[in-house]
Amino acid sequence: MTPAPRQPIVLRLLAATPRAGWLALGAFALTALVVVPGLYLFTPPGSPLHVPDHVLTVGGKIMCYAIVAVAMDLIWGYAGILSLGQGLFFALGGYAFGMYLMRGIGRDGVYQSDLPDFMVFLDWKALPWFWRGTDHLAWALALVIGVPALVAVLFGAFAFRSRIKGVYFSIITQALTYAAMLLFFRNETGFGGNNGFTDFKRIAGFSIVAPGTRATLFALTAAALAGTLVLVRFVVTSKYGRVLAAIRDSEERVRFLGYDPLWYKLLAWTLAAVLCAIAGALYVPHVGIINPSEMSPASSIEIAIWVAVGGRGTLLGPVLGAALVNLAKSWFTVAFPQLWVFFLGAIFVLVTLYLPDGVLGLGRRVLRRGVSA
Amino acid sequence: MTAAPSLAMAREPAPRVPALGAHGAADVSHRVILYLEDVTVTFDGFRALNALSLYVDAGELRCIIGPNGAGKTTMMDVITGKTRPDSGTAFFGQALDLTRLSEAEIAAAGIGRKFQKPTVFEHHTVFENLELALRADRRARRTLFATLDGAARDRIAEILELVRLSGEAGRLAGQLSHGQKQWLEIGMLLVQEPQLLLLDEPVAGMTDEETERTAELVVGLAKERSIVVVEHDLAFVARLGGKVTVLHEGAVLAEGKLDDVKADPRVVEVYLGR
Ligand SMILES: Nc1ncnc2c1ncn2[C@@H]1O[C@H](COP(=O)(O)OP(=O)(O)O)[C@@H](O)[C@H]1O
Ligand SMILES: [Mg+2]
Repeated sequence: MTPAPRQPIVLRLLAATPRAGWLALGAFALTALVVVPGLYLFTPPGSPLHVPDHVLTVGGKIMCYAIVAVAMDLIWGYAGILSLGQGLFFALGGYAFGMYLMRGIGRDGVYQSDLPDFMVFLDWKALPWFWRGTDHLAWALALVIGVPALVAVLFGAFAFRSRIKGVYFSIITQALTYAAMLLFFRNETGFGGNNGFTDFKRIAGFSIVAPGTRATLFALTAAALAGTLVLVRFVVTSKYGRVLAAIRDSEERVRFLGYDPLWYKLLAWTLAAVLCAIAGALYVPHVGIINPSEMSPASSIEIAIWVAVGGRGTLLGPVLGAALVNLAKSWFTVAFPQLWVFFLGAIFVLVTLYLPDGVLGLGRRVLRRGVSA
Repeated sequence: MTAAPSLAMAREPAPRVPALGAHGAADVSHRVILYLEDVTVTFDGFRALNALSLYVDAGELRCIIGPNGAGKTTMMDVITGKTRPDSGTAFFGQALDLTRLSEAEIAAAGIGRKFQKPTVFEHHTVFENLELALRADRRARRTLFATLDGAARDRIAEILELVRLSGEAGRLAGQLSHGQKQWLEIGMLLVQEPQLLLLDEPVAGMTDEETERTAELVVGLAKERSIVVVEHDLAFVARLGGKVTVLHEGAVLAEGKLDDVKADPRVVEVYLGR
């Protein structure tokens, strides 16, 4: 009998991801942290090596979506909780960071007031209490994480304690995000109504459109995605992750083993909400706008589709799914804007029927056949 | 049995999310490990359990027989917290009021249950199934950082040997045969180290050889813990020995040695005579 080696957490994180995973992650980090920002900043616009603005924007956006997809996979693929309301947490993170960006406009707005333009327009004389302190980056970041976490804990405690599951859970999460969208649509709520927040000027004192700022944002987003993958990988390969998967397959059996599923689900659910919120916070400066449409029921359904397309219960799959679906969307919304929803619906039906483990599962099957042939 | 112990006493040994360290919590100083008194359960007016009273001693191997629908599974549901009785009391030892604890708390307090239908985690390996069942801290924040030490691995290896699945440790449980799944489930119960083991039709669907091996195993296990077995197969019950309780329409019809029970005319009429 050997006593349990007490490994430091850093070593355990390292061990959770296999060597090939680290190599892939290293290649990704090199590309997204060094090569792309470097080419963007230091090659002239005419050069064939130059990375143009819109590539940075689309790339940054897709990496934010990929973080959301990995978070969605944690709760759906591994814990069996099909949330159709992850857009809410994404939007809450976006709004919290958006408040900071709005305060950063200062007196450079249309009305040249200390108050954000939409408040002047509504004839408000002072900031509402919940805007206090949002001009400090640290407080805004605390809100980015704290508010969605609080909403997730409260809602999760209610839903999981009441043992709400399956399609009922999905419907309630749709209702939740829809209700939040209606709330944020109202001007009186204090978040800019249906226009939301836009026309940002600066971030931490730097111009938001300066190439240096954009390159930094891109690199930060890539780092966040890599961090999310390493963290979620650690979670799903721990004993906790195996209990979570057991809850997905037979919650009752897990209870009779002496585990209380409530805390297991609540932890994964809250972690996923926080990851979505961080993605939302990074997304807003990339695209320069946040409005209530991020909370629309359809946006949250799209998140589930990314994961289904990529492959549930794998971590790379959702990243691929988010990228593929959104690249297709960018192309469609230019070429055939009205057809996008039908195309999306068709993909979803096809994947559900013919690719239960998504593109990644298909790829693996093809590879295996190639090897054995 | 007179008045139930106070609620406070019943709650204290089992914290909200009990670590399995609370194990062995059942106070068996009065020899009895399981008390069911006047337990009634109704489903839409139908009495699945009808003022059922049953006592199991610590260390006993008890067999429960009775026709389909007699309420045997419902009785196990009451003991494990899955079903709350309409009236009556259920105690584990002197102090733990089972009608007030959650399923997880009851399991953590030391009652393990094998379901009628084998329920193993099909997408986990045999080894992982045992790892999840292994007696250890059940709290989420602990499992996040838990590692298996040498003693735990040895224990799992020992149980794998006992239930004859050593060669299957790395296979997905979903790929096992029906009998192997039943055995894996018994193994999962054993690594929990329960004080009281409930087995609901453990040999259903097993071959004769598997049944014989299971009987051997159960008799061996009964040396260290109390066991309640629900079974249809009278040969299996005879093989186990021990006291037999006949359940009929949610109440005890007869109790005693298998031979005496078999000779009881009421039992013959409702059960054996058919
Ligand atoms: N959840 C339930 N809802 C309604 N009736 C039930 C339920 N569970 C059991 N019953 C009924 O209670 C009776 C006893 O069932 P059960 O305890 O499963 O019997 P046994 O295990 O002895 O065959 C049966 O008539 C069954 O139909
Ligand atoms: Mg039954």
